[in-house]
Amino acid sequence: MAVYSTSEFRAGLKLMLDNDPCSIIENEFVKPGKGQAFNRVRIRNLKTGRVMERTFKSGETLEGADVVDVEMQYLYNDGDYRHFMMQDTFEQYQADAKIVGDAGLWLKDQDMCTVTLWNDLPLAITPANFVELEIVETDPGVRGDTSGGGGKPAKLSTGAVVRVPLFVAQNEFIKVDTRTGEYISRVKE
Amino acid sequence: MLQRIRVFFASRNVWEVETPLLSHASGTDSQLAFFTSTYETPPNSQSLFLQTSPEFAMKRLLAAGSGSIYQICKAFRNGEAGRFHNPEFTILEWYRVDFDLAQLMNEVEALFDDLFAGKLNAPQRVSYAEIFAQFTGLNALIFSFEAYSAFATQQNLPDAITICGESHALWLDFLFSFCVQPHLGENSLCLVYGYPACQSALARLNVENPLVADRVEVFINGIELGNGFYELSDAAEQNRRFDSEIQLRQRENLPVAIKDERLLAALEFGLPDCSGIALGLDRILMVLTESPAIANVLSFAIQRA
Repeated sequence: MAVYSTSEFRAGLKLMLDNDPCSIIENEFVKPGKGQAFNRVRIRNLKTGRVMERTFKSGETLEGADVVDVEMQYLYNDGDYRHFMMQDTFEQYQADAKIVGDAGLWLKDQDMCTVTLWNDLPLAITPANFVELEIVETDPGVRGDTSGGGGKPAKLSTGAVVRVPLFVAQNEFIKVDTRTGEYISRVKE
Repeated sequence: MLQRIRVFFASRNVWEVETPLLSHASGTDSQLAFFTSTYETPPNSQSLFLQTSPEFAMKRLLAAGSGSIYQICKAFRNGEAGRFHNPEFTILEWYRVDFDLAQLMNEVEALFDDLFAGKLNAPQRVSYAEIFAQFTGLNALIFSFEAYSAFATQQNLPDAITICGESHALWLDFLFSFCVQPHLGENSLCLVYGYPACQSALARLNVENPLVADRVEVFINGIELGNGFYELSDAAEQNRRFDSEIQLRQRENLPVAIKDERLLAALEFGLPDCSGIALGLDRILMVLTESPAIANVLSFAIQRA
Protein backbone atom coordinates (compact mmCIF):
# COMPACT_ATOMS: atom_id res chain seq x y z
CA MET A 1 0.00 0.00 0.00
CA ALA A 2 1.18 3.51 -0.76
CA VAL A 3 2.72 5.75 1.89
CA TYR A 4 1.48 9.33 2.36
CA SER A 5 3.33 12.29 3.88
CA THR A 6 1.65 15.01 5.96
CA SER A 7 1.57 17.39 2.98
CA GLU A 8 -0.59 14.87 1.11
CA PHE A 9 -3.14 14.46 3.93
CA ARG A 10 -6.46 15.63 2.48
CA ALA A 11 -10.03 15.24 3.64
CA GLY A 12 -11.24 11.73 2.81
CA LEU A 13 -7.77 10.13 2.56
CA LYS A 14 -7.79 6.70 4.28
CA LEU A 15 -4.75 5.88 6.39
CA MET A 16 -3.56 3.36 8.96
CA LEU A 17 -3.04 4.90 12.40
CA ASP A 18 -2.35 2.81 15.54
CA ASN A 19 -3.22 -0.30 13.46
CA ASP A 20 -6.73 0.97 12.73
CA PRO A 21 -8.04 2.30 9.42
CA CYS A 22 -8.83 6.03 9.67
CA SER A 23 -10.15 8.76 7.44
CA ILE A 24 -8.75 12.33 7.42
CA ILE A 25 -11.32 15.03 8.14
CA GLU A 26 -9.13 18.13 8.28
CA ASN A 27 -5.40 18.94 8.14
CA GLU A 28 -3.90 22.26 9.28
CA PHE A 29 -0.26 23.25 8.67
CA VAL A 30 1.20 24.97 11.75
CA LYS A 31 4.68 26.46 11.61
CA PRO A 32 6.36 29.18 13.62
CA GLY A 33 8.55 31.34 11.34
CA LYS A 34 11.74 30.16 13.01
CA GLY A 35 10.61 26.78 14.27
CA GLN A 36 9.50 23.23 13.63
CA ALA A 37 6.55 22.68 11.28
CA PHE A 38 3.64 20.54 12.52
CA ASN A 39 0.41 19.22 11.04
CA ARG A 40 -2.65 19.24 13.26
CA VAL A 41 -4.99 16.60 11.90
CA ARG A 42 -8.63 15.74 12.67
CA ILE A 43 -9.13 12.10 11.85
CA ARG A 44 -11.94 9.55 12.21
CA ASN A 45 -11.24 6.00 13.32
CA LEU A 46 -13.34 3.98 10.86
CA LYS A 47 -13.61 1.02 13.23
CA THR A 48 -15.00 2.90 16.21
CA GLY A 49 -16.34 6.00 14.45
CA ARG A 50 -14.51 8.15 17.03
CA VAL A 51 -13.05 11.47 15.90
CA MET A 52 -9.69 12.47 17.37
CA GLU A 53 -7.13 15.24 16.97
CA ARG A 54 -3.53 14.24 16.38
CA THR A 55 -0.34 16.17 15.76
CA PHE A 56 2.47 15.14 13.40
CA LYS A 57 5.87 16.57 12.66
CA SER A 58 5.60 17.83 9.06
CA GLY A 59 7.07 15.32 6.63
CA GLU A 60 6.11 12.28 8.71
CA THR A 61 4.38 9.52 6.77
CA LEU A 62 1.55 7.07 7.35
CA GLU A 63 0.63 3.99 5.38
CA GLY A 64 -2.48 4.15 3.24
CA ALA A 65 -5.43 1.96 4.25
CA ASP A 66 -7.15 -0.29 1.72
CA VAL A 67 -10.64 1.01 2.45
CA VAL A 68 -13.40 1.22 -0.17
CA ASP A 69 -17.14 1.90 -0.09
CA VAL A 70 -19.16 -0.56 -2.19
CA GLU A 71 -22.89 -0.61 -3.01
CA MET A 72 -24.31 -4.02 -2.13
CA GLN A 73 -27.65 -5.68 -1.76
CA TYR A 74 -28.64 -6.86 1.72
CA LEU A 75 -29.75 -10.49 1.47
CA TYR A 76 -30.73 -11.94 4.85
CA ASN A 77 -29.86 -12.40 8.51
CA ASP A 78 -28.91 -15.94 9.58
CA GLY A 79 -29.02 -15.08 13.28
CA ASP A 80 -25.25 -14.63 13.69
CA TYR A 81 -24.36 -12.87 10.46
CA ARG A 82 -25.98 -10.59 7.95
CA HIS A 83 -25.22 -11.35 4.33
CA PHE A 84 -24.57 -8.88 1.52
CA MET A 85 -23.99 -9.31 -2.21
CA MET A 86 -22.18 -7.33 -4.88
CA GLN A 87 -24.60 -6.67 -7.74
CA ASP A 88 -22.12 -7.15 -10.58
CA THR A 89 -20.03 -10.13 -9.43
CA PHE A 90 -22.60 -11.77 -7.08
CA GLU A 91 -19.76 -12.09 -4.58
CA GLN A 92 -21.12 -12.36 -1.04
CA TYR A 93 -19.87 -10.88 2.23
CA GLN A 94 -21.00 -11.48 5.81
CA ALA A 95 -20.89 -9.14 8.80
CA ASP A 96 -21.62 -9.79 12.49
CA ALA A 97 -23.76 -7.60 14.75
CA LYS A 98 -20.74 -5.66 16.03
CA ILE A 99 -19.92 -4.45 12.52
CA VAL A 100 -23.50 -3.89 11.43
CA GLY A 101 -24.31 -1.89 14.57
CA ASP A 102 -27.34 0.42 14.41
CA ALA A 103 -27.50 0.04 10.62
CA GLY A 104 -29.26 -3.27 11.33
CA LEU A 105 -32.34 -1.32 12.43
CA TRP A 106 -32.89 -0.12 8.86
CA LEU A 107 -31.92 -3.14 6.75
CA LYS A 108 -34.78 -4.78 4.85
CA ASP A 109 -34.16 -7.87 2.71
CA GLN A 110 -33.24 -6.97 -0.92
CA ASP A 111 -32.56 -3.28 -0.08
CA MET A 112 -29.35 -1.62 -1.29
CA CYS A 113 -26.84 -0.29 1.22
CA THR A 114 -23.18 0.77 1.42
CA VAL A 115 -20.63 -1.70 2.74
CA THR A 116 -17.23 -0.28 3.72
CA LEU A 117 -14.55 -2.88 3.02
CA TRP A 118 -11.14 -2.86 4.70
CA ASN A 119 -8.70 -5.36 3.17
CA ASP A 120 -11.77 -6.92 1.52
CA LEU A 121 -13.58 -7.50 4.84
CA PRO A 122 -16.68 -5.53 5.92
CA LEU A 123 -15.74 -2.73 8.32
CA ALA A 124 -19.01 -0.82 8.53
CA ILE A 125 -22.50 -0.80 7.01
CA THR A 126 -24.34 2.37 6.04
CA PRO A 127 -28.03 2.07 5.14
CA ALA A 128 -29.55 4.17 2.36
CA ASN A 129 -30.47 7.69 3.55
CA PHE A 130 -34.17 6.92 3.13
CA VAL A 131 -35.81 3.53 3.59
CA GLU A 132 -39.42 2.38 3.28
CA LEU A 133 -40.55 0.00 6.03
CA GLU A 134 -43.79 -1.54 7.27
CA ILE A 135 -45.28 -0.68 10.64
CA VAL A 136 -45.84 -3.94 12.52
CA GLU A 137 -47.11 -2.50 15.78
CA THR A 138 -48.67 0.81 16.81
CA ASP A 139 -51.74 2.19 18.58
CA PRO A 140 -54.86 2.46 16.39
CA GLY A 141 -55.05 5.49 14.08
CA VAL A 142 -57.04 8.55 15.15
CA ARG A 143 -59.23 9.93 12.38
CA GLY A 144 -59.09 13.66 11.72
CA ASP A 145 -55.75 14.24 13.37
CA THR A 146 -53.50 15.60 10.64
CA SER A 147 -51.23 17.94 12.55
CA GLY A 148 -48.05 16.75 14.20
CA GLY A 149 -49.08 17.32 17.82
CA GLY A 150 -47.24 14.67 19.80
CA GLY A 151 -47.42 11.53 17.73
CA LYS A 152 -46.95 7.95 18.95
CA PRO A 153 -44.31 5.24 18.79
CA ALA A 154 -44.46 2.71 15.96
CA LYS A 155 -42.47 -0.50 15.68
CA LEU A 156 -41.20 -1.32 12.19
CA SER A 157 -40.58 -4.68 10.52
CA THR A 158 -36.83 -4.36 11.11
CA GLY A 159 -37.23 -3.76 14.86
CA ALA A 160 -36.68 0.00 14.79
CA VAL A 161 -39.08 2.21 16.74
CA VAL A 162 -39.88 5.66 15.33
CA ARG A 163 -42.34 8.39 16.31
CA VAL A 164 -45.16 8.73 13.77
CA PRO A 165 -48.21 11.05 13.56
CA LEU A 166 -51.40 9.75 15.22
CA PHE A 167 -53.20 9.11 11.89
CA VAL A 168 -50.68 6.51 10.72
CA ALA A 169 -51.96 2.96 11.14
CA GLN A 170 -50.49 -0.51 11.59
CA ASN A 171 -49.43 -2.40 8.41
CA GLU A 172 -48.94 0.85 6.54
CA PHE A 173 -45.56 1.55 4.94
CA ILE A 174 -43.64 4.68 5.91
CA LYS A 175 -40.53 6.45 4.67
CA VAL A 176 -37.82 7.12 7.32
CA ASP A 177 -34.61 9.18 7.27
CA THR A 178 -32.02 6.70 8.59
CA ARG A 179 -29.54 9.47 9.55
CA THR A 180 -31.93 10.99 12.10
CA GLY A 181 -34.40 8.13 12.63
CA GLU A 182 -37.26 10.50 11.78
CA TYR A 183 -40.57 9.76 10.04
CA ILE A 184 -40.84 11.50 6.65
CA SER A 185 -44.17 10.38 5.10
CA ARG A 186 -46.56 7.55 4.43
CA VAL A 187 -45.91 5.45 1.35
CA LYS A 188 -48.78 4.27 -0.87
CA GLU A 189 -48.12 0.69 -1.91
CA MET B 1 -1.09 49.51 2.83
CA LEU B 2 2.14 49.68 0.80
CA GLN B 3 1.75 53.42 0.36
CA ARG B 4 1.23 53.98 4.10
CA ILE B 5 4.34 51.92 4.86
CA ARG B 6 6.44 53.96 2.42
CA VAL B 7 5.19 57.26 3.85
CA PHE B 8 5.86 55.98 7.38
CA PHE B 9 9.51 55.18 6.66
CA ALA B 10 10.11 58.24 4.50
CA SER B 11 9.00 60.44 7.40
CA ARG B 12 11.53 58.66 9.62
CA ASN B 13 14.40 58.95 7.16
CA VAL B 14 14.72 55.21 6.58
CA TRP B 15 15.92 54.40 3.05
CA GLU B 16 14.08 52.02 0.77
CA VAL B 17 16.47 49.49 -0.82
CA GLU B 18 16.25 46.59 -3.24
CA THR B 19 18.52 43.53 -3.07
CA PRO B 20 18.72 40.40 -5.26
CA LEU B 21 16.17 37.63 -4.81
CA LEU B 22 18.69 35.14 -6.23
CA SER B 23 21.91 34.52 -4.36
CA HIS B 24 24.95 32.27 -4.68
CA ALA B 25 24.50 31.32 -1.01
CA SER B 26 21.51 29.96 0.92
CA GLY B 27 20.20 30.28 4.42
CA THR B 28 21.46 27.63 6.83
CA ASP B 29 18.46 27.49 9.18
CA SER B 30 17.34 23.84 9.27
CA GLN B 31 13.72 24.98 9.68
CA LEU B 32 13.69 26.97 6.42
CA ALA B 33 13.76 25.06 3.13
CA PHE B 34 15.05 27.03 0.15
CA PHE B 35 14.32 26.86 -3.59
CA THR B 36 17.27 26.08 -5.84
CA SER B 37 17.53 27.27 -9.44
CA THR B 38 20.24 26.92 -12.05
CA TYR B 39 22.12 29.76 -13.68
CA GLU B 40 23.26 28.64 -17.14
CA THR B 41 26.42 30.14 -18.61
CA PRO B 42 27.37 27.46 -21.14
CA PRO B 43 29.41 25.40 -20.83
CA ASN B 44 29.13 26.02 -17.10
CA SER B 45 26.20 26.25 -14.77
CA GLN B 46 25.83 27.32 -11.18
CA SER B 47 23.21 26.80 -8.49
CA LEU B 48 21.50 29.96 -7.31
CA PHE B 49 19.10 30.11 -4.38
CA LEU B 50 15.91 32.12 -3.95
CA GLN B 51 16.13 34.05 -0.70
CA THR B 52 14.21 32.88 2.36
CA SER B 53 14.50 36.50 3.58
CA PRO B 54 16.49 39.57 2.47
CA GLU B 55 18.43 39.58 5.73
CA PHE B 56 21.93 38.71 4.49
CA ALA B 57 21.97 41.17 1.60
CA MET B 58 20.57 43.95 3.78
CA LYS B 59 23.20 43.31 6.46
CA ARG B 60 25.88 43.65 3.80
CA LEU B 61 24.46 47.08 2.94
CA LEU B 62 24.44 48.03 6.63
CA ALA B 63 28.08 47.00 6.96
CA ALA B 64 28.87 49.10 3.89
CA GLY B 65 27.48 52.13 5.73
CA SER B 66 23.95 52.44 4.32
CA GLY B 67 22.43 53.60 7.59
CA SER B 68 18.84 52.57 8.47
CA ILE B 69 17.12 50.80 5.57
CA TYR B 70 13.88 49.00 4.70
CA GLN B 71 12.75 46.74 1.90
CA ILE B 72 9.47 45.31 0.59
CA CYS B 73 10.16 42.14 -1.38
CA LYS B 74 9.24 38.55 -2.09
CA ALA B 75 10.69 35.74 0.00
CA PHE B 76 10.49 32.02 -0.77
CA ARG B 77 10.19 29.06 1.60
CA ASN B 78 9.93 25.63 0.10
CA GLY B 79 7.20 23.26 1.25
CA GLU B 80 5.27 25.83 3.28
CA ALA B 81 1.62 25.93 2.27
CA GLY B 82 -1.45 26.14 4.44
CA ARG B 83 -4.05 28.50 5.81
CA PHE B 84 -1.32 30.93 6.94
CA HIS B 85 1.49 29.94 4.58
CA ASN B 86 2.31 30.33 0.91
CA PRO B 87 5.78 29.33 -0.37
CA GLU B 88 6.12 32.73 -2.07
CA PHE B 89 5.14 35.68 0.11
CA THR B 90 5.83 39.36 0.72
CA ILE B 91 8.11 40.57 3.47
CA LEU B 92 8.63 44.02 4.93
CA GLU B 93 12.06 43.98 6.53
CA TRP B 94 13.83 46.90 8.14
CA TYR B 95 16.99 47.64 10.12
CA ARG B 96 17.54 50.55 12.49
CA VAL B 97 21.10 51.55 13.26
CA ASP B 98 21.71 52.29 16.95
CA PHE B 99 18.29 50.95 17.94
CA ASP B 100 18.01 48.39 20.72
CA LEU B 101 15.09 45.97 20.85
CA ALA B 102 12.88 48.26 22.98
CA GLN B 103 13.26 51.14 20.52
CA LEU B 104 12.46 48.78 17.65
CA MET B 105 9.32 47.62 19.47
CA ASN B 106 8.24 51.27 19.83
CA GLU B 107 8.57 51.67 16.09
CA VAL B 108 6.62 48.46 15.37
CA GLU B 109 3.80 49.74 17.57
CA ALA B 110 3.83 53.09 15.75
CA LEU B 111 3.67 51.36 12.34
CA PHE B 112 0.70 49.17 13.36
CA ASP B 113 -1.03 52.18 14.87
CA ASP B 114 -0.67 53.83 11.49
CA LEU B 115 -1.77 50.80 9.44
CA PHE B 116 -4.77 49.92 11.60
CA ALA B 117 -5.78 53.56 12.27
CA GLY B 118 -7.08 53.01 15.79
CA LYS B 119 -8.96 49.75 15.03
CA LEU B 120 -6.83 47.77 17.50
CA ASN B 121 -6.92 47.78 21.29
CA ALA B 122 -3.87 49.02 23.20
CA PRO B 123 -0.72 47.00 22.42
CA GLN B 124 0.73 44.55 24.96
CA ARG B 125 4.35 43.65 25.63
CA VAL B 126 5.22 40.51 27.51
CA SER B 127 8.28 38.34 27.95
CA TYR B 128 8.30 34.81 26.54
CA ALA B 129 8.87 33.26 29.97
CA GLU B 130 5.97 35.22 31.48
CA ILE B 131 3.41 34.39 28.78
CA PHE B 132 4.58 30.74 28.62
CA ALA B 133 4.11 30.36 32.37
CA GLN B 134 0.71 32.05 32.21
CA PHE B 135 -0.75 29.53 29.74
CA THR B 136 1.19 26.37 30.65
CA GLY B 137 2.44 26.88 34.20
CA LEU B 138 5.86 25.73 32.93
CA ASN B 139 9.29 27.31 33.06
CA ALA B 140 10.26 28.03 29.44
CA LEU B 141 13.91 28.67 30.23
CA ILE B 142 14.66 25.50 32.18
CA PHE B 143 13.65 22.22 30.56
CA SER B 144 12.10 19.43 32.58
CA PHE B 145 10.99 16.41 30.57
CA GLU B 146 8.74 15.26 33.44
CA ALA B 147 6.95 18.60 33.86
CA TYR B 148 6.57 19.21 30.11
CA SER B 149 5.27 15.66 29.48
CA ALA B 150 2.81 15.86 32.37
CA PHE B 151 1.41 19.10 30.95
CA ALA B 152 1.10 17.62 27.43
CA THR B 153 -0.74 14.58 28.80
CA GLN B 154 -3.08 16.77 30.83
CA GLN B 155 -3.81 18.88 27.70
CA ASN B 156 -4.59 15.72 25.70
CA LEU B 157 -1.55 16.27 23.48
CA PRO B 158 0.31 12.96 24.01
CA ASP B 159 1.86 13.22 20.52
CA ALA B 160 4.13 15.94 21.91
CA ILE B 161 6.05 13.37 23.94
CA THR B 162 6.93 11.18 20.91
CA ILE B 163 7.63 14.14 18.63
CA CYS B 164 9.70 16.27 21.02
CA GLY B 165 11.47 13.72 23.21
CA GLU B 166 14.39 15.37 24.98
CA SER B 167 14.62 18.39 22.68
CA HIS B 168 13.90 21.59 24.62
CA ALA B 169 13.63 23.64 21.39
CA LEU B 170 11.05 21.24 19.88
CA TRP B 171 8.98 21.24 23.07
CA LEU B 172 8.92 25.04 23.07
CA ASP B 173 7.84 25.12 19.40
CA PHE B 174 5.11 22.58 20.10
CA LEU B 175 3.68 24.01 23.31
CA PHE B 176 3.99 27.63 22.19
CA SER B 177 2.26 26.88 18.85
CA PHE B 178 -0.66 24.96 20.33
CA CYS B 179 -1.11 26.26 23.88
CA VAL B 180 0.18 29.85 23.94
CA GLN B 181 0.11 31.49 20.51
CA PRO B 182 -3.67 31.06 19.89
CA HIS B 183 -4.34 33.33 22.89
CA LEU B 184 -2.00 36.17 21.91
CA GLY B 185 -3.23 39.61 20.87
CA GLU B 186 -7.02 39.49 20.85
CA ASN B 187 -7.73 42.36 18.45
CA SER B 188 -4.53 43.94 19.65
CA LEU B 189 -0.84 43.93 18.88
CA CYS B 190 1.09 41.57 21.15
CA LEU B 191 4.88 41.76 21.26
CA VAL B 192 6.64 38.80 22.86
CA TYR B 193 10.31 39.42 23.68
CA GLY B 194 13.10 37.60 25.48
CA TYR B 195 13.01 34.29 23.61
CA PRO B 196 14.85 31.33 25.14
CA ALA B 197 18.42 31.24 23.84
CA CYS B 198 17.88 27.86 22.12
CA GLN B 199 15.25 29.49 19.88
CA SER B 200 17.34 32.28 18.38
CA ALA B 201 19.92 31.70 15.67
CA LEU B 202 20.69 35.28 14.71
CA ALA B 203 19.98 37.27 17.87
CA ARG B 204 22.34 38.42 20.58
CA LEU B 205 22.08 36.87 23.97
CA ASN B 206 20.74 39.27 26.58
CA VAL B 207 23.54 40.92 28.56
CA GLU B 208 21.72 40.51 31.89
CA ASN B 209 20.31 37.02 31.35
CA PRO B 210 22.19 34.72 28.97
CA LEU B 211 19.29 32.22 29.07
CA VAL B 212 17.30 34.57 26.83
CA ALA B 213 18.01 36.21 23.51
CA ASP B 214 17.08 39.70 22.32
CA ARG B 215 14.42 38.48 19.94
CA VAL B 216 10.86 39.74 19.51
CA GLU B 217 7.82 38.22 17.82
CA VAL B 218 4.67 40.04 16.72
CA PHE B 219 1.14 38.60 17.05
CA ILE B 220 -2.44 39.72 16.41
CA ASN B 221 -5.38 37.35 17.02
CA GLY B 222 -3.04 34.41 17.53
CA ILE B 223 -1.39 34.92 14.12
CA GLU B 224 2.38 35.29 13.96
CA LEU B 225 3.15 38.41 11.90
CA GLY B 226 6.87 38.95 12.31
CA ASN B 227 10.16 38.33 13.99
CA GLY B 228 12.92 40.73 15.00
CA PHE B 229 16.34 40.71 16.63
CA TYR B 230 18.91 42.90 18.26
CA GLU B 231 21.31 41.74 15.58
CA LEU B 232 24.35 39.61 16.14
CA SER B 233 27.39 41.43 14.73
CA ASP B 234 30.20 39.12 15.83
CA ALA B 235 31.52 37.44 12.66
CA ALA B 236 33.23 34.60 14.53
CA GLU B 237 30.08 33.81 16.51
CA GLN B 238 28.00 34.00 13.31
CA ASN B 239 30.41 31.64 11.56
CA ARG B 240 30.20 29.20 14.46
CA ARG B 241 26.38 29.25 14.35
CA PHE B 242 26.42 28.74 10.54
CA ASP B 243 28.68 25.71 10.94
CA SER B 244 26.55 24.16 13.65
CA GLU B 245 23.41 24.65 11.52
CA ILE B 246 25.13 23.15 8.48
CA GLN B 247 26.08 20.11 10.59
CA LEU B 248 22.51 19.84 11.86
CA ARG B 249 21.23 19.91 8.25
CA GLN B 250 23.64 17.06 7.43
CA ARG B 251 22.42 14.98 10.37
CA GLU B 252 18.81 15.48 9.28
CA ASN B 253 19.60 14.73 5.61
CA LEU B 254 18.40 18.16 4.47
CA PRO B 255 19.66 19.77 1.25
CA VAL B 256 23.20 21.09 1.65
CA ALA B 257 23.32 24.79 2.49
CA ILE B 258 25.98 27.10 1.04
CA LYS B 259 27.43 29.37 3.72
CA ASP B 260 27.30 33.06 2.81
CA GLU B 261 30.98 34.00 3.00
CA ARG B 262 30.17 37.48 1.70
CA LEU B 263 27.96 38.10 4.73
CA LEU B 264 30.72 36.85 7.03
CA ALA B 265 33.22 39.15 5.32
CA ALA B 266 30.82 42.07 5.80
CA LEU B 267 30.36 41.22 9.49
CA GLU B 268 34.12 41.03 9.87
CA PHE B 269 34.40 44.46 8.29
CA GLY B 270 31.90 45.62 10.88
CA LEU B 271 28.11 45.60 11.20
CA PRO B 272 26.91 48.71 13.04
CA ASP B 273 24.91 48.17 16.23
CA CYS B 274 21.37 47.66 14.97
CA SER B 275 18.02 45.98 15.41
CA GLY B 276 15.99 44.54 12.57
CA ILE B 277 12.62 42.94 12.00
CA ALA B 278 10.71 41.18 9.21
CA LEU B 279 6.92 41.31 8.95
CA GLY B 280 4.72 39.14 6.71
CA LEU B 281 2.68 41.65 4.73
CA ASP B 282 0.22 39.05 3.38
CA ARG B 283 -0.72 38.08 6.91
CA ILE B 284 -1.07 41.71 7.98
CA LEU B 285 -3.42 42.17 5.02
CA MET B 286 -5.34 39.08 6.22
CA VAL B 287 -5.86 40.70 9.61
CA LEU B 288 -6.74 44.10 8.09
CA THR B 289 -9.36 42.54 5.80
CA GLU B 290 -10.45 39.86 8.33
CA SER B 291 -9.71 37.11 5.79
CA PRO B 292 -9.75 33.50 6.98
CA ALA B 293 -6.89 32.30 4.75
CA ILE B 294 -3.80 33.70 3.06
CA ALA B 295 -5.22 32.58 -0.30
CA ASN B 296 -7.91 35.28 0.12
CA VAL B 297 -5.32 38.07 -0.02
CA LEU B 298 -3.15 36.65 -2.83
CA SER B 299 -3.96 36.99 -6.53
CA PHE B 300 -3.10 33.32 -7.08
CA ALA B 301 -2.00 31.09 -4.21
CA ILE B 302 0.49 28.29 -4.97
CA GLN B 303 -2.22 25.78 -5.99
CA ARG B 304 -3.24 28.20 -8.78
CA ALA B 305 0.11 29.89 -9.46
